[in-house]
Amino acid sequence: MSDGLRIVDLRLDVEATGCDIVDQVSISIAKGRVLALVGESGSGKTTVGLAVLGHTRRGVSINCGKVFCGETEILNLDEGDKRKVRGRLVSYVPQDPSSSLNPALRIGLQLREVLEAHNFGGSDEARKARIKEMMAEVLLPSDDEYLERYPHQLSGGQQQRVGLAMAFACRPSVIVLDEPTTGLDVSTQEHVLKTIRQLTRDHGVAALYITHDLAVIADLADDVAVMYAGRVVEQGEVAEIFKNPAHPYTRHLVAAAPDIAGKKAIIGLAGRAQSPGKRPVGCAFAPRCELAEDACRVEFPAMVSVSVRHDAACIKAKQSSSGVGASTKSESTRKIGEPVIEVSAVSAGYSGNLVVHDVSLTIRKGECLALVGESGSGKTTVSRAIGGLHREWTGSIRLNGREMKTMARQRAVADRLAIQYVFQNPYGSLNPRRTVGDSIVRPLLIDGKSKHDARRSVLEVLDKVSLPSSYTNKYPDQLSGGERQRIAIARALVSEPEVLVCDEVTSALDVLVQAAIVDLLSDLRRQLGLAMLFVTHNLPLVRSIADEVAVMSEGRIVEVGPSESVIGNPQQQYTQSLILATPSIERSMR
Amino acid sequence: MNTQPELQKFEKPDGLLRAALRLKRTQAGLGLMILVIGLTIAGPLIAPHTQTEFIDMPNSLNIPGALFGTDYLGQDVWSRFLIGGRSILLLSLSATLLGATAGTFLGLLAAIMKKKTDEVIMRIFDVILSFPQILLALLLVSMFDASPTLTILAVALSTTPRVGRIIRGAALSVVERDFVQAATALGESRIRILFSEVLPNVTGPLLVEVSLRFTYSIATIASLAFLGFAPDPTAANWGTMIQENSVVIVIQPWGAVLPVIAIAVLTIGTGLCSDGLSRVLAGIDRGGKGE
Amino acid sequence: MPILKFIARRLGLGVLTIFAVSVLIFLVTQAFPSDPAQAILGRETTPEALDALRQELGLYRPAVTQFGAWFFDILQGDIGKSFVTQLPLSDYIAPRVGNSLFLMLVSAVFSIPISIAVGAFSALRRDQTFDKVSSTTSLVLAAVPEFVMGTGLILLLSTSVFQILPAITLIDAGQKPWSDISGMVLPVLTLILAVTPYVSRTMRASMIEMLESDYVEMARLKGMSERTVLLRHALPNALGPVFQVIALNLAYLAGGTVIVERLFNFPGIGSALADSVRARDLPAIQFLTLMIAGVYVLMNLLADVATVIATPRLRTSLK
Repeated sequence: MSDGLRIVDLRLDVEATGCDIVDQVSISIAKGRVLALVGESGSGKTTVGLAVLGHTRRGVSINCGKVFCGETEILNLDEGDKRKVRGRLVSYVPQDPSSSLNPALRIGLQLREVLEAHNFGGSDEARKARIKEMMAEVLLPSDDEYLERYPHQLSGGQQQRVGLAMAFACRPSVIVLDEPTTGLDVSTQEHVLKTIRQLTRDHGVAALYITHDLAVIADLADDVAVMYAGRVVEQGEVAEIFKNPAHPYTRHLVAAAPDIAGKKAIIGLAGRAQSPGKRPVGCAFAPRCELAEDACRVEFPAMVSVSVRHDAACIKAKQSSSGVGASTKSESTRKIGEPVIEVSAVSAGYSGNLVVHDVSLTIRKGECLALVGESGSGKTTVSRAIGGLHREWTGSIRLNGREMKTMARQRAVADRLAIQYVFQNPYGSLNPRRTVGDSIVRPLLIDGKSKHDARRSVLEVLDKVSLPSSYTNKYPDQLSGGERQRIAIARALVSEPEVLVCDEVTSALDVLVQAAIVDLLSDLRRQLGLAMLFVTHNLPLVRSIADEVAVMSEGRIVEVGPSESVIGNPQQQYTQSLILATPSIERSMR
Repeated sequence: MNTQPELQKFEKPDGLLRAALRLKRTQAGLGLMILVIGLTIAGPLIAPHTQTEFIDMPNSLNIPGALFGTDYLGQDVWSRFLIGGRSILLLSLSATLLGATAGTFLGLLAAIMKKKTDEVIMRIFDVILSFPQILLALLLVSMFDASPTLTILAVALSTTPRVGRIIRGAALSVVERDFVQAATALGESRIRILFSEVLPNVTGPLLVEVSLRFTYSIATIASLAFLGFAPDPTAANWGTMIQENSVVIVIQPWGAVLPVIAIAVLTIGTGLCSDGLSRVLAGIDRGGKGE
Repeated sequence: MPILKFIARRLGLGVLTIFAVSVLIFLVTQAFPSDPAQAILGRETTPEALDALRQELGLYRPAVTQFGAWFFDILQGDIGKSFVTQLPLSDYIAPRVGNSLFLMLVSAVFSIPISIAVGAFSALRRDQTFDKVSSTTSLVLAAVPEFVMGTGLILLLSTSVFQILPAITLIDAGQKPWSDISGMVLPVLTLILAVTPYVSRTMRASMIEMLESDYVEMARLKGMSERTVLLRHALPNALGPVFQVIALNLAYLAGGTVIVERLFNFPGIGSALADSVRARDLPAIQFLTLMIAGVYVLMNLLADVATVIATPRLRTSLK
C-alpha cells in the first residue's frame, strides 16, 4: 500500500518563546484510509492538521519535520507552490463551516473559485459540470438557484456539505478534516460522516480526521493516533486501540467515553494537560498517571511496538494488565421518593412564537431525569422555565406541591434557593471580576446567613466538589474548565437545594473532565438526595447518569421512561432514529 | 519538578491599567499628560505677571523680563500661557467625568431594561448625536452664557450619548452571559445586578472611552474659547490666546505658538493613553512584552 | 422590495429624529432663554425696540404656536429673514452651502481613498514599520483639535517657517471657491488631516479582523492567490464598518467645520454659523443648526442603507 500522507518528525514552535506546541509527530496514512487524530482541546491536533497544508496560525512557526503528500514534500515548497498544492493535492475541511464560508459570497462562486484557481476542468463548461457533480456527491441540490445562495441561507449540515464539496472539488489525494461534525446534531452528523467515508474510499484519498469524539472514530476511521500535550502517545488500528489500549492516557480516554450501546459506568481523571512552555520534562502525562515512576519524568518515552502496527510511547506499554479499574462504586439502590418538581402542560415561547408545547414532567427526590433532544428541541427553554429564567410560559410548575411564579424574582427566597441552576458554559457562568469564594457565598447572603456561617458553608461545599479551600481566593481566569464547573456546582449546592437543573453542563468539557463531573454529580445526588434535571443533547451520557429520560423533539416530549428501557428498547420512531444515528464504539467493534 | 496545577502559585489577573502601563505608548502618553498637568498646576504660581497686567507695548518681542514678549494688548505672553491652561483642564475633566457617569448609568440601564426603556434612551441619544459635538456646545453656550457650570453641562451633554452607546453595547454582551442569568435565578435585584455583576465587567471599554472623551472634551472646550466663548473672555485661556494672537502671528508668533504646543502635547498625551488602553483591551498586547 | 421597505422605515425614523432635533433647537434658542429679544438686542436698548422685536419673534404667542409657525415655515421652504441684515436668509445661506459642499467634496475626494489605502496597507503590514509609523501619525492627528492643527499649519506653511501659502481664504461668499485655489489649500489640508485618521484606523481594525477570520484562512487553504484573498475575501467584508465612519466624517465635513472655516475665514455654512452666533441672529442660528443636524441624520441613514446593501446576511434577512 502506498502512502497518501506521511508526516515525519514534525515540530512547531511558538515564535515568541520558542516553546514547542507540537513535537516528534510522525504519522502515515495510506490512500483510501482514514486516520483519526484524537486529543483533548489544546493537544495540538489542529496545529498538526494545518501544518499538513504548510500553514501555521499567527505567531506559530514550523521548526522542523517533513510532510509528504504522495511524492511531494509540502514544507519545503515556496509560497507560490504551496498555493498550487493547497486545495489541489491536499485540501482542508474546517471545524466551523458557518465562519469558514465567506458570508458575502454566493456558494456557487466559492466553489467555482477553487476550480479556477487550480485551473481544474479547463473550461467554464467543464467546471460548471464538475460543480454539479460535486454537489450531487455531497447530496445537495445543484440547480442555479441553490448555487446563488449565500452561506447563511443554508443549515449547518448543508454548509458543511458545501465545505466537503469544496475540499473534494479538485480531486485531492490528501484531505484534512478538522472536527467537521462538531456542533452538528447527531442525525446531520451521521449523514456528513457517511459522505466523508464514501468520498475517501471512492476516490482513494488519504484522510486525516481530527476529533475529540471516540465514538465517531470507531464509526469512521481505520487508524487512530492519540495526541497528548503536543505529542503522539499511541497509534494503531482502530479496533486494536479500543480493545487493547496500551498508553495509560488512551486507557483513560476509552474508560471515560460514554457509549450508547455499551458500558454504563464512565471514569474520569483529575488534572489537565499543561500548555506549551509549562509542560514537564519527560512524559507529559506522568503527573496524572497512576503508573508513573521516576523514569517517566526524565525523558519522553520512545515509541515501542505493542503489537503489529500498534505503537505506544510509554515505558509500561507492554504491561498488559493495569487497565483503568472498573468503577468500584457499588450500584447502591437509590431511594426514589416523593415528587419534588411537577411540570404540567407547560408551553413556552419567544415573543409570541411557541417553541415548547404542552410539556409535563415529574422529578422525584433522589431521581435524575435526563431531558434529551437535538438543538432547537426546546429542552433548554423548559429547564429555564423551571429555573425561573424564562419570561414567556404558561402552565404549571410546582415545587413540593407549591405553585411557582413565572420568574425567579417573583418567587419566595426559599423557593429560589431550593431550585438551583448550573449552566452549560463554565467560562460564562462565573463573574470574572469576583473571587470564587464571593461567587459561591452569594446565595447564602441572600438567605440572610451571617458572614461567619456563610464562610464555613463555602469551605464545606468546596470540599464536597473536591476542591481545596485555598480556591476561595482565586479568580475564574485562573481555573481550568473542569474546575470552573465544579465551582459552579458548588455555588448551586451551597444553599442546600432540593432540585439541581443541569443545562448541558459537560458539553464544553473534554471527555475525561466530563466523566469526572458526571461522577461528581452522581455522588452528590446519592449523598444529598437531590432531584436532578440533566438537560443534554448527548444521548450516550444519559445511560451513565439518569434514571429516567424524556426525549424532546420540536417542542414536544415524544417519549418518557426509565433510561435503560428507552435507550435499549425505544418505542417511538424519533427515538429509534436518534439512537441509530448516534455513533457507538461497542456497536462498531462488534 | 513542580508542575501540578494545584500547587502552582496564582496571581490576580493583571488589571487593564497595569497592563496598559507596560506599553511604551501609554508611558509616553502619561508622561506628556503629566508634563502639561504639572504646568497648569505650577504655572499660576510661577507666573511673573498677572494675566491682565499691561507690561509693555503690544506685540513686541525682546522685552526684558518678558520671556516671549507681549500680546496684542501688551500683556505678558509667558504669564498668560502659564495661567491659561488651568481652566481648560478643569472644565474638560469635570465635563468628561459628568458625561461619562451619566452615559454609563444610562447605557447600563438601556442594556438591562431592554425594550421600551432601551428604545427611549437610544432615540434620545440619536437626537443629541445629530449635532456635531462642538455645535451643540456652541448653541447652548451662546444662547445662555459661557459660565463654567454651563460649559461643563454642555460638553457633558454631548459626551453622555457617546459614552452611553459604548457602555450599552459592552453591557449587552455581558447581560447575555450566564453569570448574570445565575444572579437573576437567585432573584438578585436589577440594580444590584447592574452595579455588581455588569458594571465591573464593562470597566475596560469604559476606561478607554473616558480617556478618548477626555481628549475630545479638551478639544471642544478649547474650541469654544477659540470662538470667543470662554467663561471669562479677558482671562488667560489657551483657546482664547490662539484666537487673539493669530491675527498678529507674523509679528509675534509666541502668543499662538505656546498654546498650540501645549494643547497639542496634552491631547496627544491623552490620545496615546487611550490608545494604549484600547490595545490592551483588544488583547493585542496583553501578556506581550510591550513594544 | 424589502430593501425599499427598509429605506422607508429608516427614513421615517430619520424624519422623527429631525423633528425631535428641531424641537430641541427651538427650546434652546427661543423657549428657554428668559427673553430672546433682550438677549439679541443687549442691555442698551429701548423698551420700544424690545417690544417690536418680541412682536416680530411672536414671543407673545404660546410656545407651541411659535414652534408650529417656525416649523411649518421651514417645511414650506420659507426660512425667514436675518435679524441683522433684514435680508432673506436664503440669499445669505445658499452660496455658502455651495462653498461648504465644494470644500467637503475636495476634502473627501482626497481623504477617503488615502485613508482606506493607508488603513488596508497598515493591516497587511501589521506591526511592521509602515504600520507603526502610520498608526502613530494618525493617533497624533486624531488627538489634536482642528484649530490647533490649523494654526500649526499656518505657522508652518504661511508665516514663521515657510511662506508659501496664504493664511486665510480671500474670497467672498458670492465668489466661486475655486477662484482662489491657493487659499483653499490650507483649509482642505486641515480637514484631510482631521478626517483621514478616523477612517484609516477603522479600516485598519476592520481589515485586521477580516484577515484573522476563518474564511480568509480558508481561502488561503483553498490555494487562492493572495490577490484574490485580499480583494475578494477580505476587503469587501472589511468595508462595512468603514461606511459608517465615512458617513460620519462626511457629515462632519458638511457642517461640523465651524472651527476650520472660521480659522481660515472660509465663507461656508460653518463660518456663517459662527458669525450668526456672534451677531445673535436667531433665525439664522436656528436654520443653520437644523440643516447641519439634518445632514448628520441623512448621512447616518445613507451609511445604514449602504451597510445593509453591502452585507448579504443583512440584505436577505430584511422583511
